[in-house]
Amino acid sequence: MIGEATSSGGGGKDDSPAAVSGKKNKKPNYSRFTQQELPACKPILTPGWVITSFIVVGVVFIPIGLASLYASEHVVEIVERYDKDCIPPDYRNNSLHYIQTSETDKNCTMTINVPKLMKSPVFIYYELDNFYQNHRRYVKSRSDKQLRSKASEGKKNIAWKSDQEHKFGSDIYPKNFQNGSLIGGGKLNPSIPLSEQVDLIVWMRTAALPNFRKLYGKIEKDLQANTTITVTIENNYNTYSFGGKKKLVLSTTSWIGGKNSFLGRAYIAIGGLCLFLAVCFVFVYLLKPRPLGDPSYLSWNRNPSGQMN
Amino acid sequence: MHESSRRTRGKLRWSKLYSFSCLRPHTSDPDSAQELIGQPGFSRVVFCNEPQLHKRKPYKYTSNSVSTKKYTAVTFLPKALFEQFRRVANLYFLLTAALSITSLAPVKPLTLIGPLVFVVGISMLKEAVEDWYRFLQDLNVNNRTVKAHAENGLFVDKLWREISVGDVVKVKKDEYFSSDLLLLSSSYEDGVCYVETMNLDGETSLKIKRCLEATLHLNEDEKFSEFKATTRCEDPNPSLYTFVGNLEFESKIYPLSPTQILLRDSKLRNTDYVYGAVIFSGHDTKVVRNSTMSPSKRSRLEKKMDKVIYLLFSMLLLISLVTSIGSSVVIKSVSQWWYLSLEDSDPLFDPSNPSKSGFLQFIRALILYGYLIPISLYVSIEIVKMLQARFINKDKKMYDEATCKSVQARTSNLNEELGQVEIILSDKTGTLTCNQMEFRKCSIAGFSYGGNINEVDIAASKRMNTETEAYRSSIDQSDTTSQSLEMSEFSVVDIIAQQAILRGHENADNSNARNSRLSDVRKESVIKVIKGFNFRDDRLMNNQWIYRSDFFDMTMFFRVMALCHTGIPVEDGQTDKLKYEAESPEEVAFLIASQEFGFQFFQRTQSLMTLKELDPSSGKQVKREYKLLNLLEFSSSRKRMSVIVRDEDASSSIGLQINGGAYLESTTSHLSNYAEDGFRTLAFAYRALELAEYEQWNSIFTQARTTVGPEREELLEHATEMIEKELILLGVVAVEDKLQKGVLECIDKLAQAGIKIWLLTGDKKETAINIGFSCSLLRQDMKQFHVCLSKETESKNHLKDMKEEILHQIESSYQVMCQDNNKDSPFALVVDGRALEIALKSDVRGQFLQLAVNCASVICCRVSPKHKALITRLVKKHTGKTTLAIGDGANDVGMIQEADIGVGISGMEGMQAIMASDFSLPQFRFLERLLIVHGHWCYKRISKMVLYSVYKNIAFGLTLFYYEILTNFSGDSLYDDWYMVVFNVFLTSMPVISLGVFEQDVSSDVCLQFPSLYRQGQRNIIFSWSRVVGWILNGIVAASVIFLANVYIFSPAAFRQEGHVADITQFGAIMYTCIIWTVNCQIALIITHFTWIQHLFIWGSILLWYIFALAYGALPPDYSQRGFKILTESIGAAPLYWVATFLVTTAALLPYFTHIAVQRLLSPMDDHIIREMKHCKKDVTENQMWLREQRNSQRSTQVGFSARVDARIRSFKEGLSLKRISIYNNLLGFSGNLKTQPPQPSPPPAAAYEAKISQAFSHMDNRQDILGNNSPEIIRWLCNLSESELDMLIRLKSLILHRAKAIGHDELAKNFDLPTLRAVGLLLMEYLKGKVKDLSQVQGLTKLVAFPECCNLLKGNPGEDSSMEELKACIGIDERKRPTKRPGEEATKLKKQRF
Repeated sequence: MIGEATSSGGGGKDDSPAAVSGKKNKKPNYSRFTQQELPACKPILTPGWVITSFIVVGVVFIPIGLASLYASEHVVEIVERYDKDCIPPDYRNNSLHYIQTSETDKNCTMTINVPKLMKSPVFIYYELDNFYQNHRRYVKSRSDKQLRSKASEGKKNIAWKSDQEHKFGSDIYPKNFQNGSLIGGGKLNPSIPLSEQVDLIVWMRTAALPNFRKLYGKIEKDLQANTTITVTIENNYNTYSFGGKKKLVLSTTSWIGGKNSFLGRAYIAIGGLCLFLAVCFVFVYLLKPRPLGDPSYLSWNRNPSGQMN
Repeated sequence: MHESSRRTRGKLRWSKLYSFSCLRPHTSDPDSAQELIGQPGFSRVVFCNEPQLHKRKPYKYTSNSVSTKKYTAVTFLPKALFEQFRRVANLYFLLTAALSITSLAPVKPLTLIGPLVFVVGISMLKEAVEDWYRFLQDLNVNNRTVKAHAENGLFVDKLWREISVGDVVKVKKDEYFSSDLLLLSSSYEDGVCYVETMNLDGETSLKIKRCLEATLHLNEDEKFSEFKATTRCEDPNPSLYTFVGNLEFESKIYPLSPTQILLRDSKLRNTDYVYGAVIFSGHDTKVVRNSTMSPSKRSRLEKKMDKVIYLLFSMLLLISLVTSIGSSVVIKSVSQWWYLSLEDSDPLFDPSNPSKSGFLQFIRALILYGYLIPISLYVSIEIVKMLQARFINKDKKMYDEATCKSVQARTSNLNEELGQVEIILSDKTGTLTCNQMEFRKCSIAGFSYGGNINEVDIAASKRMNTETEAYRSSIDQSDTTSQSLEMSEFSVVDIIAQQAILRGHENADNSNARNSRLSDVRKESVIKVIKGFNFRDDRLMNNQWIYRSDFFDMTMFFRVMALCHTGIPVEDGQTDKLKYEAESPEEVAFLIASQEFGFQFFQRTQSLMTLKELDPSSGKQVKREYKLLNLLEFSSSRKRMSVIVRDEDASSSIGLQINGGAYLESTTSHLSNYAEDGFRTLAFAYRALELAEYEQWNSIFTQARTTVGPEREELLEHATEMIEKELILLGVVAVEDKLQKGVLECIDKLAQAGIKIWLLTGDKKETAINIGFSCSLLRQDMKQFHVCLSKETESKNHLKDMKEEILHQIESSYQVMCQDNNKDSPFALVVDGRALEIALKSDVRGQFLQLAVNCASVICCRVSPKHKALITRLVKKHTGKTTLAIGDGANDVGMIQEADIGVGISGMEGMQAIMASDFSLPQFRFLERLLIVHGHWCYKRISKMVLYSVYKNIAFGLTLFYYEILTNFSGDSLYDDWYMVVFNVFLTSMPVISLGVFEQDVSSDVCLQFPSLYRQGQRNIIFSWSRVVGWILNGIVAASVIFLANVYIFSPAAFRQEGHVADITQFGAIMYTCIIWTVNCQIALIITHFTWIQHLFIWGSILLWYIFALAYGALPPDYSQRGFKILTESIGAAPLYWVATFLVTTAALLPYFTHIAVQRLLSPMDDHIIREMKHCKKDVTENQMWLREQRNSQRSTQVGFSARVDARIRSFKEGLSLKRISIYNNLLGFSGNLKTQPPQPSPPPAAAYEAKISQAFSHMDNRQDILGNNSPEIIRWLCNLSESELDMLIRLKSLILHRAKAIGHDELAKNFDLPTLRAVGLLLMEYLKGKVKDLSQVQGLTKLVAFPECCNLLKGNPGEDSSMEELKACIGIDERKRPTKRPGEEATKLKKQRF
């Protein structure tokens, strides 16, 4: 097959026009759309715009940054690492053995000093570090279906996970989580519906990062400054084998959530940078002004030899 | 009507007019060729009139149907799929799609297979539709009918595809030949026929084909009932001009030559019918063989895009490798992580075999990070290009009212290539010209008639006027006295030009009752447009020439014009005017012209030519007969043809000829003027012969004619030389090969856009050069290099010699070029077809192309279709530049296919060029808009689109990788599967498409006003590697900012007041939101042209994400997975989510924004500046500057109309400033106390010119008297005056001195100081202008045109009866004779002429 058009001449003219050419002969109708003449706004990046936008960003960001920093500063957060402390001194060198045997007493008691007034609600978290809950193996091993369905062996299936790492024998208040809607109404076993197994539910919400906190409980009472809290921890969970850290966190919240100074700092940094850039641009415009639409910057004027850059 | 003309002239032996051709020997030696028959390569046997014998082997040949389809129903799927998977990206996606079915895939198979099927499906659908149109076109051609011999002398209609080898067909006038035929007989007695081979080689002249004597008698249907013959000939081959074969007929063998072969796709002309036997059919025909395969073209940008994709691939490999190594390193420590329960064997996490796990992780990473490769880019580009093509098709400004056709983008995958064209290779006939000759001007006995001033001068003077005005008003506002006469100096040209143009029109509204009759007549003559005759001059029109004094010369001139040709008259039903048909269209043009002038050639018999002549003495038409004695036909060596005729009453014969020898001086200048305007010029001359002399010569000539053998040509040449001498020149005519509408402007714009235009034509050199001039590809001050073979070398046909000669020519030209670096006089290269053939041989090629690309314009003449294609390919390959080939005929098909972009003209001729083309235009002029507007736009659109897509996918894909690091390289994805699917398909695709379809950096008007913006595409500065890398970096930065910020913001503390901590689903959704915001805001920063569509798409896409999140979250958790109630319950309510989105988006865009702010400030690009200028309305408020920049942008242009005008203005200005300096020096010489006067800006002194000036001054009576005694103020003032003003002042002063002396009161002259005289001069000018206006309305003034010249006191050369052209020349060329006559005398001259 010869792939070109050499068939013969004059077809379009001599013969009655084929269906193809019949279509061609239509005169295009005028519309602003087809003629690509729709009204358009054509923003120009003028020096004014550049400086204004930098200043606006700066002016907007710094207050937001200050506000969030302020909010963050008002959050009282107490972080206590307990994985080291909770090992009895004689097991210090053999923590792995300590955690793996069932003989040892895993309970340990910590006292936490509240440095500042903590308004209610005070949230209790446990924090794990270097724990890859987001690992694919981990993520894949979880079966949402099983959790949802009325499978009778559900408990058993999740049991290796439900080997919960620490029990808070706290002397304080009942647990009162709001969380739980996510894992539907399936019952794990007849006695306690899974939906009420809030600790499990929280745990099952996979953390995104290897360093994460999980909500454990809530203290619905203000904690006055210098109050001492005694926490009883059942140190069950083996993090020693992979060098993970376990921490207990008590924290209040604000509108930005927990203590999070990064946000405020980032806002202030970006805002400051923008203001700085605005000042730089003002200087540059003053020192080396380029009037808008200055033809001397056109390539043919800059390069009189006619060579474009 | 037709019947009668057939009766009278049908059997006329046309061939006799070509006295040489009937006796011309065959070009190739028939004997040696005949020996070849039967040998391999010459084995074809055709049984004429026995097609049934060709039904079976071994004589079964291919059928006559022709197919141009790429696919058939069976081959479509495999072939089209193959085409699709030639794209590396597609192949990769195919691989990942296959892998996604296995357990390795980190995501669901559907998310990978779906997009791929979509992409490939759309592309294949497009291919299928395109091929379907080709199929319809083939069908159309194959289903044409032709009369074929059935049996017993009966001819029936047969479809073309049913014609078989051996069939005898009858082809009628103006029909195309269905296959290659052996001519058996024609409607003419002597078996000749005329063929137009336009579709084959682009030549417009008719070719004569002649049948064998033996088959001459077969000229009626019935005679074919018994006819049988056998042809043995060469096998099918692509050579159009050779044929070897013989015919066995009535047991005799006759050799055949190309003269007997009628080729498919040529057209029968001027012959009522022919009979022919089919020799080659369908794909065996020479024209089909001649064509090359149609390549599938991909644009340069797309090819580069492939490389970008490779780059992304390497990035992909790199990060996959990092992942894989990372995972195999960490897997050991992972074994400690009991909670992952690695005991059950998962090959991906097998601590005992880390390398295997690593490898598997690598494969998985390849699939997972596939988002780095913008798969949606291909789909979006396909869609965008389709929409772009629709816009191109719908553009009303590219719609031709005349042919009711608009531009068709036949393939849409080259849109952006249109924005990068650097070389256009153009066909001439049918593309640039409309193949129509027009009689434009003539010069008879030294006077030029019909002259519009040439457009270059008009434009130049107009522009200088505006420039001067602007200059004066801006620089020199205080000096009102020097309201310069320089302006009026040019205005004069304007007036004349306008008069010349408007002549006839301006009288239409003349209310003067006395002139009403005349104006009626004139109106009529203006309205009546005569095809082929575009001549307006009242001195000659309407038989006015008989009142001229030189009417004898005129009579002879017109008579020669009416006699010396090969045409025949054709009656036209409506009017008493005749139409003509002739071998060349020029002849038709001047036959029509001579008819308009009253010399109607109305009958030709074999030996008699009859004219109806206008007798100047009586003013009546008389019929005169001329006996045609000899016709010496045109030959390229003599460059003339002549006829020898005998006047019926005079005993002497008159020899007449074209393109004669000695010219009168003025005629020569006219001739060169005409030639510069691009007209074809022909000179007419005659000679009266004594009967005895003729007879003596005739015997020699007849002897030469009848000689057979090699010395025949020489003898004939010698004989013609004997008679073609001592000619009396009558005049010249200028015939315009009419350019198509708008070609000149189009070429001008294209040249300004930095596009080089090469002219490739099958025509002869002279014609090609003429067209070069007329479309401003050439101009007078260009250095022309001619590369052609000398006669001797060519005749020797020795390849090595030829090569050496060509090489020598090329090298010497190149040396000249290197030495001469003057930018103002560019170079042009004119190459002859034969020389081109040598020059394209591999070892000379390099030098040739190097020379050619350095020339401003290149003209190749006598080029065959194959060579057109070859040169296109070589230029493309050698220079690496984007080429565009444009043509209209089948001869251009090769070049159209070969070029990066092929454009077909859908004009009058066949469809082949269009079928092979990528774009079809109804007219050449639409190329301007197609390239400069649409090409520019499409280039920018697609480039930006690709760059943005790269950015977008990196910004998204890299976050996946970063997350991998935090999951210990385990291969999990941060996002929900559906987020990943919708990212490219819905959430970010619409803005990209709107960018690709609607983006306009500048509006179409500005594109056309600043064609140099087009150079951005040629230099590919939008899609340069630095920009690609920049965008990749931008993507990396964006991904890093987004990821890190999110990690630090959301981890580890709670993100809600309720104390909740972000888990993987929320974290993913938040990050995804940030990405959607960032990439969509990023595109808003790129887009410079926001219509409501862009707004809708960009902001709509962001909104769509929230809608999607809501809808997806509302689904039952079985379906929504990670998205379950994500927005409503968890992240939507958290202020931190929104605050973080705001922060991250701003931070991610900040680097880019800062970059463009700096770039705009320090090195803005042209389109930025122009947009700013438009924004500030500078095009309105500072129009001067706007226009000036438009001109500045063209500065480097070397060809085109504007460049010619520039060159002319330059020469004006140079001359002017030289003069000023000389005059100033003169003045300075007289009054030496003016040394402090600042010297004028000095161009290099021209010694010769100064000499001339001082000579001019020397014969002034007393220059001290004239210019002395002036105060320094006056001298300074004088220096500010234009040279012409000074001229006038000097002359007036000298007149006054003369007068004063005459009346004996010398001191009176002192009262007239120079300022006073200037006022007098101005008054005088105005008075004269008024006079001229009056005069132009006086009836019966035959020399009307001469008057405006006389008012040109400042410049004129009124001593002679000068023509407009000379006047123009005076203005144009400053080194003219300085008028010595005084104004007073001129005024009297004026009066004389009035009566």
